Amino acid sequence: MKARVHVMLKNGVLDPQGEAVRHALSTLGFAGVNGVRQGKVIELDLDQTDPEAARAEVARMCETLLANTVIESYTVEIG
Amino acid sequence: MHAAVITFPGSNCDRDLTVAFAQAGARVSRVWHKDTSLPDGVDVVGIPGGFSFGDYLRCGAIAANSPICRAVVAHAGRGGYVLGICNGFQVLTETRLLPGALMRNAGLKFVCRTIDLTVASTDSVFTDGYQAGQTLRVPVAHHDGNYTASAEELSALRDEDRIAFTYGEPVNGSAMDIAGVLSANRRVLGMMPHPERAAEEAQGSTDGRQIFAGLVGALTAA
Repeated sequence: MKARVHVMLKNGVLDPQGEAVRHALSTLGFAGVNGVRQGKVIELDLDQTDPEAARAEVARMCETLLANTVIESYTVEIG
Repeated sequence: MHAAVITFPGSNCDRDLTVAFAQAGARVSRVWHKDTSLPDGVDVVGIPGGFSFGDYLRCGAIAANSPICRAVVAHAGRGGYVLGICNGFQVLTETRLLPGALMRNAGLKFVCRTIDLTVASTDSVFTDGYQAGQTLRVPVAHHDGNYTASAEELSALRDEDRIAFTYGEPVNGSAMDIAGVLSANRRVLGMMPHPERAAEEAQGSTDGRQIFAGLVGALTAA
């Protein structure tokens, strides 16, 4: 079973990299980009076949290692 | 006084930290990240700067979950002393021994220069040999030193006098110019600047030496 984790800086936490990307887009002539947030995507290949068990297991992985919940939020997609 | 200095794959200040402790009079053991326990009788653990595990995932995140860090967390839980410098500070926030997190520098650039560092709290064995408000010249070398924490945590750090050092000049966008913080029991210090690189004349500054001298003096007397 596959899982995909999106890790993003929490709303309200300044994202200097996203801001630099926004600035670069504007310099390249892409108008109307009001905000850019940069995060990461982590894909997992799991033995687990039960979606709910997989979701719970991946959430534990996020809390332990994959995300720093002081500054980051995460979402888990299964399948 | 017995210090243990940890080496992770990618640590690069471990030897400098060992030398700084030794010069201050400590007996120093070198510890590998796969070790599951600290040597008997260790008073202080030094977590060095560098790029543990290539800064993969987040700076310090993988190191914080290594076998030796479980022993470090247990050591701190028993009231043991810990000094984390640069990547070591990042490791300490990732273990949650210290609050907050270190994000990418606000200017996005790796900052590598000697800066003015202000002693903000003298209420710790690391800093009680300095004067409050004293300016030190200490190098920084980091890409992710932009300290952040929740408003409540920042207020608590300020109100409890747990901000050990602040930057005396703009460096990385840190909240409240924080360069180093203490744990609630004041025995765990994490800081981005490198006192072990300002510990002997040949390094251009000896302003960092007192951190090691203070620590060794206090723990030897005890």
